[in-house]
Amino acid sequence: MFKKDFSPGAKSKVKSSAQRGIRAKVIEQYPLLEPHIDDILPKKEQLDLVKIPDRVSLYCLGSTPLFWQHMDDPIIPHLTLVHKYPWCFTRIRIDRGAIRFVLSGATLMVPGLTSPGGRLPGDADAGEEYGNGGKDVEAGEVVVVDAEGKEHACLIGVLKMGTKEMREKKKGVGIENGHYVGDGLWKLDLS
Amino acid sequence: MAEVDARPPKDVVYCGVCTLPPEYCEYGGTTKKCEDWLEKNHPSLHERLHDSTAAAATQLSELSVDAQKRAEKDAQKKAAKAEAQEARASEKRAASKVIIKRVERNKRKYVTEVSGLEGFGLDLKKIAKEFGKKFATGSSVTKTSSGGEEITVQGDVSDDILDWLLEHHEEIPEDNIEQVEDKKKKGGAAPPAV
Repeated sequence: MFKKDFSPGAKSKVKSSAQRGIRAKVIEQYPLLEPHIDDILPKKEQLDLVKIPDRVSLYCLGSTPLFWQHMDDPIIPHLTLVHKYPWCFTRIRIDRGAIRFVLSGATLMVPGLTSPGGRLPGDADAGEEYGNGGKDVEAGEVVVVDAEGKEHACLIGVLKMGTKEMREKKKGVGIENGHYVGDGLWKLDLS
Repeated sequence: MAEVDARPPKDVVYCGVCTLPPEYCEYGGTTKKCEDWLEKNHPSLHERLHDSTAAAATQLSELSVDAQKRAEKDAQKKAAKAEAQEARASEKRAASKVIIKRVERNKRKYVTEVSGLEGFGLDLKKIAKEFGKKFATGSSVTKTSSGGEEITVQGDVSDDILDWLLEHHEEIPEDNIEQVEDKKKKGGAAPPAV
């Protein structure tokens, strides 16, 4: 989605009532973030809303981007936030071969997840980190994508296909239009 | 899980060259530079990432030989591209000139037009706002007939702009700034008798 560099549009302040709504929505969507919500979205601070192309709005605090949202799609955290609190999100992992494609903005394809280097919740070897409590992740949910052999996440986006289906089909599109490290949103300078 | 959740946020180091987390630098196209930066600023991290060549080798060997080759080729191509882009940018920087032009508007009234700032990667809109604040005059970004954009500041402030640019934007060499009088006469020569 942010493959091209872009410049931020108008910046406006978020009403405190709207701010409360965002806060509630974030907690609802990412319940594990709740213990940290006061660090991420302090109650008293003034949130800013920055409009960026393609009808995406970006919520930021001062000059740190926090969350972005495309129209009324789910609120998605910025990757800097994910890097800080990686354990609060549903995570999957891709194999090494897929990293370079992801980092150049390609759509994430399922084979990168089902191959030996990839991890999906429900895999026998998923371990605690990628297990998601043994539950499958449905299409439409937000997942953080880690990479094999790397510490930090490289992509975040909305699943196009449930993980169960992925394991059966082993091909097709996994995540489209995500936010990856090094894309336009990542490089965005808000100061 | 309850205790785990109270973990403090992770401290993440980002590369000063390509802004990615250092472990992803190899995909950024400026690998060499990133490595140097990391060695200088975070030696311990550098050691972990780059000196463990054995570990890297085992990781890479998981990929097929074919894929490895392709990845390498791709990386090379990317690096070359990034380098070329940088070279072009610096060339452009050296070639571009900032022209401060004083235009007579109405006998003793002047406007000052500043063009060429975009060649140094400056945001015209922001600079215009700065000028307006500094000189307490109207200052705006206007389109020129040739299609570009320039900053128009009301009043004769060409000398002040020169000083301000030298002070606040040291990336612009003094030789690349030119002061132009009216439309025909060049160089900061004596102003014409009014």
